[in-house]
Amino acid sequence: MPPVSFAGFGLGLRKQHYAEFLECRVAVDFVEVISENFMVDGGRPRQILRDVRERYPVALHGVSMSIGSADGLDGVYLARLRALVDEVEPLFVSDHLSWSRIEGFNSHDLLPLPYTNEALDLVCANIDRAQDVLGRAMLIENPSSYIDFAPADMTEWQFLDRMCAKTGCGLLLDVNNVFVSATNHGFDPIEYLDGVPHDRVRQIHLAGHSQGRELLIDTHDKPVPASVWDLYAHVLPRLGPVATMIERDDDIPPLDELLAELATARRVGGQMLAHAA
Amino acid sequence: MSLYALQRDMRAWLIAEDDVAAGRLGADAAPGLRVYQNNYRAQLVACLEESFARTRDWIGGEAFHQAVIAHIDRVPPSSWTLDAYPRDFPATLATRYPDDPEIAELAWIDVALGEAFVGPDALALTVEDLGDVDWDRATLRFTPTLDIAELTTNAPAIWSALAAGQEPPAVEPLPEAGATLVWRQGLAAQFRAVDQYERRALLLARAGMSFPDLCAAMVGALGEEAGIARAGALLGQWVRDGMIVAIEEKA
Repeated sequence: MPPVSFAGFGLGLRKQHYAEFLECRVAVDFVEVISENFMVDGGRPRQILRDVRERYPVALHGVSMSIGSADGLDGVYLARLRALVDEVEPLFVSDHLSWSRIEGFNSHDLLPLPYTNEALDLVCANIDRAQDVLGRAMLIENPSSYIDFAPADMTEWQFLDRMCAKTGCGLLLDVNNVFVSATNHGFDPIEYLDGVPHDRVRQIHLAGHSQGRELLIDTHDKPVPASVWDLYAHVLPRLGPVATMIERDDDIPPLDELLAELATARRVGGQMLAHAA
Repeated sequence: MSLYALQRDMRAWLIAEDDVAAGRLGADAAPGLRVYQNNYRAQLVACLEESFARTRDWIGGEAFHQAVIAHIDRVPPSSWTLDAYPRDFPATLATRYPDDPEIAELAWIDVALGEAFVGPDALALTVEDLGDVDWDRATLRFTPTLDIAELTTNAPAIWSALAAGQEPPAVEPLPEAGATLVWRQGLAAQFRAVDQYERRALLLARAGMSFPDLCAAMVGALGEEAGIARAGALLGQWVRDGMIVAIEEKA
């Protein structure tokens, strides 16, 4: 079954804002939580998630599935995620086109894949298994990357297109990640955005980045910059109903600042969709 | 290069800066590899700093940082969850500070409180639930978040003072080894120090010894009157602390 469609604007739920989300009705259409933060046995995190779920639609966004691991997926992880999915009944279940784990070592980072036919087959087999265990289609997010492995058999957007076609998964399109990787590896972000399978995009991430010593770094610690808003405005008219989210993971500002950024997303989104019609 | 070989090479670089492995990943890969290695180590450092705040307060930021670096080199992460990474750090501290046992004992409190915070839910019994219990056939069942560690110093008092922002007491060895208990009561993780008698009673009871046999063991250790009185006092304390979640009555 393909991933559901949902049009709306949301925020990532972060600890600093738990009380506001639970004590009043925050003007969001959904919230996204980091799955692993709630894949615990019990206690306050699970209680908070139950309370949040009573008030808002929730998307589960994972960072540890390691969908590109050459030695396959972790069955314990999948079983725990399935239990969380059954409890939360989320809008989406997503993770990244990356790998973290090999032979019992877990980097807890989103490491890059080469875009080869071998990697495509492996990633598709892992997505098939995950979707079987979860009983639903996943969304896979394009990564930001700092290494461009050569030689490759295809571009990243071709890889995403073939991955979606083979597995039936959807895409979580992180526009900031497109900008970061395009800057680091010298490809055209417009060509990327025009090349992804638009009918598979169900969610968009918008975030900020920082200039490192040698590379642009996906830090999620700043407001969405103009460069990313421009790419969002470019791609949005090409997509169907889509959920847009502001993603901030560090230097978390007051909730009002994030809601102001989300209002910008609503305005840009409204303008672009009206223009496209 | 196969995907498997590529991932092994990246692991080798992240763990040990293996330049030969890095070279196989491409001459242009060096700047990116440095970013990934920085992310890897920074994430583990942040995890341990967050998990061991009181231990860090006690030994100081620089000594703590050196211990963290040594631990990351010695123990690469293996679990899917970062929550598991702090578990082995008290052992690293015990090795680095063999003459300062309070350091590993503080670290155990830090990590055990974190684990109890997200441990399994279980509804504790109250005093009102005890009215109809047949104590001659009773066996106590404890909350699944209860954890016990040996204690040889006044580490719990040091931890409490540091958490309150007060001047911690000087380290003192205990006259007799006891234990630290950690558990969760409702949504709040708790801890307290106990003497050798409560430690032994808890270990026996948690292993499934019936309450009458537990009373007999306490009588054996403390004498008839004191043993019975202590067993009753412990039962009351455990119930008030929210540690008992069921009482089974066996035939």
